[in-house]
Amino acid sequence: MTAQDSSFQTDALISEDIDAYLDQHQHKSLLRFITCGSVDDGKSTLIGRLLYDSKMIFEDQLAVLESDSAKHGTQGDEIDFALLVDGLAAEREQGITIDVAYRFFTTEKRKFIVADTPGHEQYTRNMVTGASTADLAVILIDARKGVLQQTRRHSYLVHLLGIKHLVLAVNKMDLVDYDQATFDQIVADYTAFASEAGIERFTAIPISGFKGDNITASPSSQTPWYSGPALIEHLETVEVGNTAAQERTFRMPVQWVNRPNLDFRGFAGQITGGIVKPGDPVRIVPAGKTSTVKTISTFDGDLDEAVAGQSVTITLTDEVDCSRGDVIAAAGDPPEASDQFCSTLVWMDETALKPGRGYWLKLGSQMVTATVQQPKYEIDVNSLDHLAARTLELNSIGVAEFATDRPITFEPYAKSRDLGGFILIDKFTNATVAAGMIEFSLRRAQNVHWQPTTITRDDHSAMKNQKPRILWFTGLSGSGKSTIANEVEKQLALMNRHTFLLDGDNVRHGLNKDLGFTETDRIENIRRIGEVAKLMADAGLIVLTAFISPFRAERQMVREMLPKGEFVEVFVDTPLDVAEARDVKGLYKKARDGELKNFTGIDSPYEAPETPEIRVNTVDMTPVEAAEYIITQIMPLK
Amino acid sequence: MRNLTHLERLEAESIHIFREVVAEAENPVMLYSVGKDSSVMLHLARKAFYPAPPPFPMLHVASGWDFQSLLDHRDKTVKEYGLELIIAQNEDAEEQGINPFDTGSALYSQAQLTDPLKRALTKHGFDAAFGGGRRDEEKARAKERVFSFRTASHRWDPKNQRPELWNLYNAKKDKDESIRVFPISNWTELDIWQYIALEKIDIVPLYMSQPRPTVERDGLTLVVDDDRFRFEEGEEPVTKSVRFRTLGCYPLTGATESEATDMNLIIQEMLLATGSERQGRAIDKGQSASMEDKKQEGYF
Repeated sequence: MTAQDSSFQTDALISEDIDAYLDQHQHKSLLRFITCGSVDDGKSTLIGRLLYDSKMIFEDQLAVLESDSAKHGTQGDEIDFALLVDGLAAEREQGITIDVAYRFFTTEKRKFIVADTPGHEQYTRNMVTGASTADLAVILIDARKGVLQQTRRHSYLVHLLGIKHLVLAVNKMDLVDYDQATFDQIVADYTAFASEAGIERFTAIPISGFKGDNITASPSSQTPWYSGPALIEHLETVEVGNTAAQERTFRMPVQWVNRPNLDFRGFAGQITGGIVKPGDPVRIVPAGKTSTVKTISTFDGDLDEAVAGQSVTITLTDEVDCSRGDVIAAAGDPPEASDQFCSTLVWMDETALKPGRGYWLKLGSQMVTATVQQPKYEIDVNSLDHLAARTLELNSIGVAEFATDRPITFEPYAKSRDLGGFILIDKFTNATVAAGMIEFSLRRAQNVHWQPTTITRDDHSAMKNQKPRILWFTGLSGSGKSTIANEVEKQLALMNRHTFLLDGDNVRHGLNKDLGFTETDRIENIRRIGEVAKLMADAGLIVLTAFISPFRAERQMVREMLPKGEFVEVFVDTPLDVAEARDVKGLYKKARDGELKNFTGIDSPYEAPETPEIRVNTVDMTPVEAAEYIITQIMPLK
Repeated sequence: MRNLTHLERLEAESIHIFREVVAEAENPVMLYSVGKDSSVMLHLARKAFYPAPPPFPMLHVASGWDFQSLLDHRDKTVKEYGLELIIAQNEDAEEQGINPFDTGSALYSQAQLTDPLKRALTKHGFDAAFGGGRRDEEKARAKERVFSFRTASHRWDPKNQRPELWNLYNAKKDKDESIRVFPISNWTELDIWQYIALEKIDIVPLYMSQPRPTVERDGLTLVVDDDRFRFEEGEEPVTKSVRFRTLGCYPLTGATESEATDMNLIIQEMLLATGSERQGRAIDKGQSASMEDKKQEGYF
């Protein structure tokens, strides 16, 4: 073998101290990864190399391999590792559908399950299947060819499936004389693509699967310029597994209700997120009933704690309704339920999507009927362009809305693979026709985990993800209140905040059209506006009002209607001479000419705020600057 | 916060699969060959449904030439855990002149294993059967799905298998169709042995070395398990310390000489073995798949 054949030293331990070896093996973690690339990129050779280097090949297999290599190999006298994992051509000829082949190997630190997706045909379907269970993806690039369209396609697909750890294995470095410039150029090209595709980070490693460079140890003597980890080192140390899932909130989809006798009623399932302990308050979703965890019962005794990834049986202190399809979740932060969604769909069947037709949808342990609408668009996996589409054919990916016949408990796929990933099943052929990833629910009001009590003010604001407020703009006519308030509302809308702007136009023409401009009417005008603004704040909105509101007493009256902190007085501080000089509507002139009575600043007083929450000076600030300043003053919005 | 080990993750996955099948299938059964993989499967099934017993029966396909020790272990296990046992056997083998000495291996396994299994599945109307196949066993198995669908006549239609994403298994099927389910697909042989040791799972003593009467034939060390053993000319039983790495019909299963009497020593031998598990059990002359494979795949 070659100089780089530095196999793992586990063998010595096996023969010298089997107990120590087994102890080591017992504490290994598991990493599942997918390899992306074609045979031309040396994928099979790389996997064969990993199996070989980790001693997953027995001598008899090696003997066969050596003789096969001599007979059929493509590597001269050297062992052709690809022969270890290939043999797919024959199966293809037999018409056996192969999505993914799973290989196993182990090192001192970890056990690995490799999802190998062979072939060019069916590539999307196969890769999506293999990536669905992977923690990491190894994207193979032929150093001679660089970043190709297929590299982009593979990267997009693993990114779509939510794989956070990407390894760019620049293979066949031996065929480019281990040239650093070639490697650097490929990394630069890929970096440009990655940022475009939303891939935040990746690890690039120059390797030769055939020669073994930077596979188990780095740097290879051929690549002294490389300072990063060898492929195996990286795979052994990358932080994956169930720790991230444990940091999320507790969720367990109920698979099966265990009722061996009248004294025991347990809910069996695999924990998809968080940690659970006896005594924890939980909520059964979607019904919304709460209870408390009594025991975590297992064959090995009751547990003090169970974590994401474990399959357990939970008993509760109360006799609550709970069955397969329900989710047991942390009482304070349960997942939502909805019946309308927007999702990405990967079509996997020869028969194309039929919009409007009912399919079985399986998500967690829930099975419902779903109707998919005509796709909003299809995604070209090569260019990432959005294409118009009436349906989705085999291996195409698109974004479409769908509705279910009853609400299902879910989380966006970006948050949870387990509660955001689903399959569609044809009701006639029973085939799995599509994989889907929920992006968001179309009806947030379908949150059904509320207790069956009144929807409170806090509920309204929580649903809108914001703290209600009244931004009460006050200032002289022509000071710029409406202009600035309008600008603030626009900026809040861009931040997805729910707002409403009350101004002279939409109040004076309807609600207050019976009021004039006498002092009494002006007070009643403000009182009504205050009441309306308060109702809107109760509904969770951020309300902006733009009225002169010249009297301190009325502004104080409105302030007192609201919970402390929700009334924000914004003084648009424009001196009279400036406002009068602007005189956009010609009102000052009319007032000066005596045509308008009770005009603030001329023949009616304006009582400037003494301690407004916010003061803006429109002489020095543009309306946009003033609006930006106001928003900085009301942060955070929650 | 704690990291699950690879065995804990494999265990959780297998338990999840068992529960999905029981929740979605109408009448499941577990194929129980009494071997090490079956023993691990049974252990996982007991964990999945604890404190209830596994809510399905065990089906053992007995060829009539099983090791006596294996049958004893089977009966003891079934009794101890309160399991329901169904035995499928070709009752007419003697009449048909079928035995492991004279009958060709293909016909033998068809008549003694495959056909009795199919008959039992049909007779009891089982719509899902758990089997102990593992993806690490050979290249072909690496592509096998966890849920494998069979037609009403128990035929496998390789063109009609379903993609398996995440941990979502599609168990929908037509009436008369059935599913073979492999809950330990992702376990390797080392995982199986390690788990047996860790969980102290009781396995057939044949896996442990002890002095046994043996005969060398065609490069295999056969153990004379009962008085039906047909000696060829000049053959005399010789007592040797041997054990089995795989269990099939005793006249067809080769033993290996060994001093390994405890689990760790067995694992050590397995890891240091020069031949793969497959080679050790290549009993079927001229055929790559062994008897145990047939139990798992052929008729499985």
